[in-house]
Amino acid sequence: MCGIVGLYLKNDKYESKLGELFEPMLIAMTDRGPDSAGFAIYGDDVAEDWVKLTLRHPSDAFNWATFTDQLATALGCEADWMQNANVAVLKVKASESTVRDWIASNAEDVLVLSAGQSIEILKEVGLPENIASKFNLSGMKGSHIIGHTRMATESAVTMEGSHPFSTGSDLCLVHNGSLSNHNRLRDKLKREGITFETENDSEVAAGYLTWRLNNGDTLQGALENALKDLDGFFTFTIGTKDGFAVMRDPIACKPAVLAETEDYVAMASEYQALASLPGIENAKVWEPEPATFYIWERK
Amino acid sequence: MKKIDLANSSIRELNQALHAQQASLTEKEWSVANPKGEHNIAVGLDADLHVDIHGHAGYFCAGMNKTASVTVHGNAGQGLAENMMSGVVRVKGDASQAAGATAQGGLLVIEGNAGARCGISMKGVDIVVKGSVGHMSCFMGQSGSLVVCGDAGEALGDSLYEVHIYVKGEVKSLGADCIQKEMRPEHLEELSGLLAKAGVDEDPAAFKRYGSARQLYTFKVDNASAY
Repeated sequence: MCGIVGLYLKNDKYESKLGELFEPMLIAMTDRGPDSAGFAIYGDDVAEDWVKLTLRHPSDAFNWATFTDQLATALGCEADWMQNANVAVLKVKASESTVRDWIASNAEDVLVLSAGQSIEILKEVGLPENIASKFNLSGMKGSHIIGHTRMATESAVTMEGSHPFSTGSDLCLVHNGSLSNHNRLRDKLKREGITFETENDSEVAAGYLTWRLNNGDTLQGALENALKDLDGFFTFTIGTKDGFAVMRDPIACKPAVLAETEDYVAMASEYQALASLPGIENAKVWEPEPATFYIWERK
Repeated sequence: MKKIDLANSSIRELNQALHAQQASLTEKEWSVANPKGEHNIAVGLDADLHVDIHGHAGYFCAGMNKTASVTVHGNAGQGLAENMMSGVVRVKGDASQAAGATAQGGLLVIEGNAGARCGISMKGVDIVVKGSVGHMSCFMGQSGSLVVCGDAGEALGDSLYEVHIYVKGEVKSLGADCIQKEMRPEHLEELSGLLAKAGVDEDPAAFKRYGSARQLYTFKVDNASAY
């Protein structure tokens, strides 16, 4: 069991309250996943020639100022940072690969949780309410957000094994279910050059999507291929730069509920996670069909 | 009428109060506000009660219902009226998967659509769905009737025993051993009765009947020698 929640705003009415609306949604799914929790929030975009990364260091006392200074000096570019607990959001006027290479060679304790123009991924072991409070979720602003509460089955309860998983620039995945062919698929993807941090099955799904997207698939194409190549149970929610997508496996035994009003589209494993949203009483509420791709994106 | 607001009362308190009516019936009419998708609302009732739930219910709503009449003015989550024994459960909106699972009697009316596995392993309940049902509905259905005014998803009636299935719309595919059957006068009469009981205005003649071809292992008398 696990819980998934997502909230995508169709206009700017609730942008300043995104975190405040989302926090009770995440906490409502504690029964489905008390082991770890995380979320990917989109907003505060950087310019085209900049990249934004969420970085994590095991210690709260890590000196991000020095780290950023060293990186900016070495790469000869502008850089800015903001600390949130043991995570920092780093903005650099350079390419993603340049920054990743520098971090890999110069700061091996620093883990890249996400990269892109808009995305920030924050996740940790513990109860959803503790993670929400640690990162001050309720004060966050943005255009859309997806989250996950984990009840671990296929791998250990660790920060690395918690969701969302980054699947490429501004893309991430949360998963409810379990995959049965993840070991063989992981080996295949490793040969294709995809790297993995854990033994987690959902990370394989994320790696699979990264691989398909690197090979030129559209998001929809990658998900259609996933239906053929992934064996097991899943409801996926995928965060994109401009919105989110939802897909369930053909058997559809993992739950999902969608709700739409003129202001937002919300997704959750169970309706009770949507019950606190404004105007939910009059929202269109329905369950996504099996093996069907749904996407909402701001144009 | 007794009013319970789930914003101030727990599910445990609500269900305990409803169960207390079994010993001595003092309050027949109940109204429940703010269900907010909570699970196990009005489960295990065993008295002549009328319960109205105003909003969306979570999983297993009205499970194991006996005698009582429960109406959800909204949608219901998984396992609605599972293992119902008697009485009436009605949902004004949609029901999620496994509605009426293993239910042994009574009437389940879903005014919207039902998800996958509606009536899975049903054992005597009558289910009337005004909308459509999802895949694997009526899987291993043993007895009772399933009426679908809309369409049915893949593998309808797979490994069916004796449930009578009536569908007005399209059937995406039939499951193993489920076949279309002739609609004889006694079936039109049965269907008319079910539609009337459910308060659904449809022409019985517009429906097709489906049932078991009785060709699977269980139905072969030669296999009885195994015991």
